[in-house]
Amino acid sequence: MSHHMKLYEVFIRSRRGLDHKHVGSLHAEDAEQAMEYARDLYTRRSEGVSIWIVNSSDIHASQESDCESFYDPLDDKPYRHATHYQLPDKVNNM
Amino acid sequence: MTNDSLQTEAQLNADFQARIDAEEKIEPRDWMPQKYRQNLIRQISQHAHSEVIGMQPEGNWITRAPTLHRKAVLLAKVQDECGHGLYLYSAAETLGISREELIQALHSGAAKYASIFNYPSLTWADIGAIGWLVDGAAIVNQVSLQRTSYGPYARGMVRICKEESFHQRQGYHIMMTLMQGSAAQREMAQDAVNRFWWPSLMMFGPHDAESAHSAQSMTWKIKRQSNDELRQKFVDQTVEQAEVIGISLPDPDLKWNEERGHYDFGEIDWKEFNRVINGSGPCNRQRLEHHISAHEEGAWVRDAIAAHEAKKQQRANRAA
Ligand SMILES: [Fe+2]
Ligand SMILES: [Fe+2]
Ligand SMILES: [Fe+2]
Repeated sequence: MSHHMKLYEVFIRSRRGLDHKHVGSLHAEDAEQAMEYARDLYTRRSEGVSIWIVNSSDIHASQESDCESFYDPLDDKPYRHATHYQLPDKVNNM
Repeated sequence: MTNDSLQTEAQLNADFQARIDAEEKIEPRDWMPQKYRQNLIRQISQHAHSEVIGMQPEGNWITRAPTLHRKAVLLAKVQDECGHGLYLYSAAETLGISREELIQALHSGAAKYASIFNYPSLTWADIGAIGWLVDGAAIVNQVSLQRTSYGPYARGMVRICKEESFHQRQGYHIMMTLMQGSAAQREMAQDAVNRFWWPSLMMFGPHDAESAHSAQSMTWKIKRQSNDELRQKFVDQTVEQAEVIGISLPDPDLKWNEERGHYDFGEIDWKEFNRVINGSGPCNRQRLEHHISAHEEGAWVRDAIAAHEAKKQQRANRAA
């Protein structure tokens, strides 16, 4: 008989002031255990100062195949970028 | 309080300040003095409200932009400002206050927003002046705040600053184009600068000596540079930008000071500053009323979302 432990996603803040970044996932019985596993698995070389544990099943992900309808319309808006505006050299550092 | 808990409090305070002195960020779950938390909630929410109220004077010209391109640009900029408001509300919420409380404080008048947005946008040139001068002044302030001591606020600022530079450049581009146009267009551009120059300088707040929250905010590194320092920086960078397009800044006392290595400039009309801050600017009432009515008229959308959510829940329960 096999018992599948739950899957957790692990996020680590490498330094104060930075965002938590996704580093991987692991199986554990509960969040507390997942926290301990994450410490052993992902921070053996002091990779982080803070760990976030999230139930994998709580993550809602967009689909790569949705990308076109999701992002495509934004490609034709070059005016959202600073470089779109041609200014005289003297003030171009604005 | 017992002697013990006093000692602990003192120790916590000392550790907190040591962390700040070492240029480390404070993160949401860290212990922090109650006043640091309050001070941040006040400043971040005021900043958020400014982004959101700031959409009104610019939104006023979206339907009347002179070309389709200018209209698309303005629409994109106003959408960005809305996004900035959302980043900042979220940062404030990490301090344990709710979005509803923040909006309530805006509507009751307990929370302030930048007084510049209480001036009307009367002509198309005002949209140029706002982008160039108002966003320009905001950027000087926000670049400095990228180094603020509270992590979520600092990260929000980094994100915002990346998006801001197009805002100022599109405004300057409008002014430059007008200055290359007819006499009437040049006059319109000059008139906009005449009206927006002084309120832009007021954006940096009172002189350091008179600023209520400044000293403590500097010690806690919520603010990294003083109001007067930032204002000087803005003046210094703007003078050349004005010269390049041949527009003049309405201050007879504005001149280069060789000794200081900065521009000298005239005194701000602090009476006007206080009048506008305290609710008697040209558009204060209109700005707040508009925000309140937009909020109230949007209530049915929030109700519909809640009703839909309840229905989905019901359906799931029945299936289970
Ligand atoms: Fe802004
Ligand atoms: Fe903004
Ligand atoms: Fe902006």
